[in-house]
Amino acid sequence: MSRTQSDTPADRDVIAIAEQWLQKGRRIAIATVIETWGSAPRPVGSQLVVDADGAFEGSVSGGCVEGAVVAEAADVIANGRPRLLEFGVADETAWQVGLSCGGRIAIYVETVV
Amino acid sequence: MRAPVLAALAEAGRERRAVILVTDLEGGDGRVVFETDAIEGDPLGEEITARFRSGRSGLIETATGRVMLTVRLPSPRLVVIGAVHIAQALAPMAEIAGLDVTIIDPRTAFASVGRFPGARLFPAWPEEVLAKAPLDVFTALAAVTHDPKIDDQPLADALRAGCFYVGALGSRKTHAKRLDRLAQLGIEHFDSARIRAPIGLDIGAQSPAEIAVSILAEVVEALRRRGASA
Repeated sequence: MSRTQSDTPADRDVIAIAEQWLQKGRRIAIATVIETWGSAPRPVGSQLVVDADGAFEGSVSGGCVEGAVVAEAADVIANGRPRLLEFGVADETAWQVGLSCGGRIAIYVETVV
Repeated sequence: MRAPVLAALAEAGRERRAVILVTDLEGGDGRVVFETDAIEGDPLGEEITARFRSGRSGLIETATGRVMLTVRLPSPRLVVIGAVHIAQALAPMAEIAGLDVTIIDPRTAFASVGRFPGARLFPAWPEEVLAKAPLDVFTALAAVTHDPKIDDQPLADALRAGCFYVGALGSRKTHAKRLDRLAQLGIEHFDSARIRAPIGLDIGAQSPAEIAVSILAEVVEALRRRGASA
């Protein structure tokens, strides 16, 4: 069955997209929210897939820190080692990328090989 | 993550099976646990069982370090019995809200592509369609034809399958008669009490589109508060 509505963000499954990208030979990393403190825009378990060119689908913060996560993911894809990222108001870097909701989040970024 | 782990996660999604991705944050290893897997010998068995029940992902501390449990439940579906005016509004709204929508109506005058462009639409009897794509606990069913010949059987099927939401259009009086008919189909009153009727949250909805909003709100409530009340 064809679906015209399927491009709404809510029903684009990050894992399905990650698999498609991998099958097409794109090098990818998956970022997962593993911990949140205070008010965080996306719940634990939220995921985002990034490729080596910085294209991404999904969200880990509703837009606040995606840019920084995508940049870190490029390193993870390049060296193959997973990385744990933390963003929050206490962190100056995080403040620059603007997690202005006052929460803190921890994000695990790993490549798929 | 290794590619076979990603493939297993993606396949579970296609097969509508609940899975948990278990990631060892110290070593970086990942493995996939299915809800149907035997967990007796699993050191994280109790935690995994609880996570399947709550649907919540989260971090746990183990003797060997921190482990992330990412819970993936099948995407919620909404099956609408009746390609009526309400369904024309409900289908696109529910898709935007993240539900996979299926519309079924054996009356071809109603179930026409022109009335439902791009929708997953079946001009057939519900029994035939549901035999191929069975209802499950991650599915909501809304019966809105007003016609017992069409509505009753899928309502009974939805209750038997444990659908997370079962709603039926019709007044209290209509519903009382429906419960009698469902009893004749072998549905106990204890089960048929789960049917939300009159359908939709009571927001004073009048137009078909407003009724669609009230139904969608009721479905979302049932999805998000699943297990919180009986």
